[in-house]
Amino acid sequence: MKQARVAFSGAIHTAESDGRGGLRLADGRHVSEAEVVWLSPFEPGTIVALGLNYADHAKELSFGSQEEPLVFLKGPGSVIGHRGVTRRPAGVKFMHYECELAVVIGRSARNVSRADALQHVAGYCVANDYAIRDYLENWYRPNLRVKSRDGGTVLGPWLVDASDVPNPGNLDLRTYVNGKLVQQGNTRDLITDIPGLIEYLSSFMTLSAGDVILTGTPEGVVNVNEGDEVICEIEGLGRLQNTLVSDAVFGRGI
Amino acid sequence: MEVAPYRLSGHVYGTLMNHRSALQLLGAAANAAPYKAAPVAPVLYVKPRNTLTGPVVVPADVEELEIGACLGVVIGRTACALAADTALDFVAGYLIVNDVSVPHSVYYRPSIRFKARDGFCPTGPVVPRAAVPNPDGLQIRVFVDGELRQSASTSELVRPVARLLADVTDFMTLSPGDVLAVGAAAPAPRARAGQKVAIEIDGVGRLETSFT
Repeated sequence: MKQARVAFSGAIHTAESDGRGGLRLADGRHVSEAEVVWLSPFEPGTIVALGLNYADHAKELSFGSQEEPLVFLKGPGSVIGHRGVTRRPAGVKFMHYECELAVVIGRSARNVSRADALQHVAGYCVANDYAIRDYLENWYRPNLRVKSRDGGTVLGPWLVDASDVPNPGNLDLRTYVNGKLVQQGNTRDLITDIPGLIEYLSSFMTLSAGDVILTGTPEGVVNVNEGDEVICEIEGLGRLQNTLVSDAVFGRGI
Repeated sequence: MEVAPYRLSGHVYGTLMNHRSALQLLGAAANAAPYKAAPVAPVLYVKPRNTLTGPVVVPADVEELEIGACLGVVIGRTACALAADTALDFVAGYLIVNDVSVPHSVYYRPSIRFKARDGFCPTGPVVPRAAVPNPDGLQIRVFVDGELRQSASTSELVRPVARLLADVTDFMTLSPGDVLAVGAAAPAPRARAGQKVAIEIDGVGRLETSFT
């Protein structure tokens, strides 16, 4: 099963696909994808993100081998849903999307072995983990100004049950900018795979239901501009759409 | 977690290198590799929710932990792109944050194992904003087993509280109940398993934590 969380007609609803390109709300109403506001399909707790977890992307950024996964944390205030807009500040030179498989924890995990790790997963969704490289500094990389900006974590459209994703370690990822394919990869190329990440993280921090692991992005990140439509797609999980907008939309820089 | 009259959201952010002593301790190293320059923007990190509860347990492979004694700002109203001159209007209150870390000497890309372990962020007590007329003039004292180990003042912040709120909310909206720790002095005092740590901040109170 896959579920969305949407705002419609004065309330927040859980919704499923109606199989005809629309949504069926839990209260029985059928609505189109465009007439609802898509929220993150779950309320995120701790947001864990991986840097350089695909060998090709690490090479793209000139990083060598790693002793342990490169993990950073993001604030939940950065999260928006499908079909939302993200501000691109005027004057930045390099802002890029990152299509990532998001692993949503369903059951508390502490000192979990990799053999048991997937039992703690509720489901999966697509993530677009934006970055603005202009703001990268060499202190606690990547700093929150690069990675935890408002609108910088796009999640959705659906939370797909783990039982419907039999092999999360073999999913194709693709990103399209204005319809043009710009990034592709497959989760089989993760340097630390999903069970490995859960084992590693749970060895020092308890993961709780709603915590989410953004597993990293493959090569193919290019700059995006105001007005660009970015679609991140993962096999079996859906297509996550976002549009870049200017400062003016947010009343900034005036 | 409800602490009258505020409901803390459980989202805690910390600021590094915001006490002058922290950069002074690094000295010329701040301009050498891997940093190459002193920080431009606030250096922020997240203390995730698993750090907020439970005992502070010293990991088996570590002798001592660092005590990051910080003033924490509790946000009272949705805070986005604040101006420094009105930023404090968005503050609900203040609390003590003990940002516990496994000691590490390089701040380039440290492992989150150092700061995100279960129990590594004791907090409390919370006081309303009115109890602290000037958050930039508070004395912070750290005691280990009753012995004074650090005395610092928030008057030595690189970004005073209002300036920090303005610069952080320029890119990251803070919500009611979110906590922003404004930065600890350096060098951080340390404590071992079995020791009692107390942090006092003028006008805010005292936070006692046993390391186990």
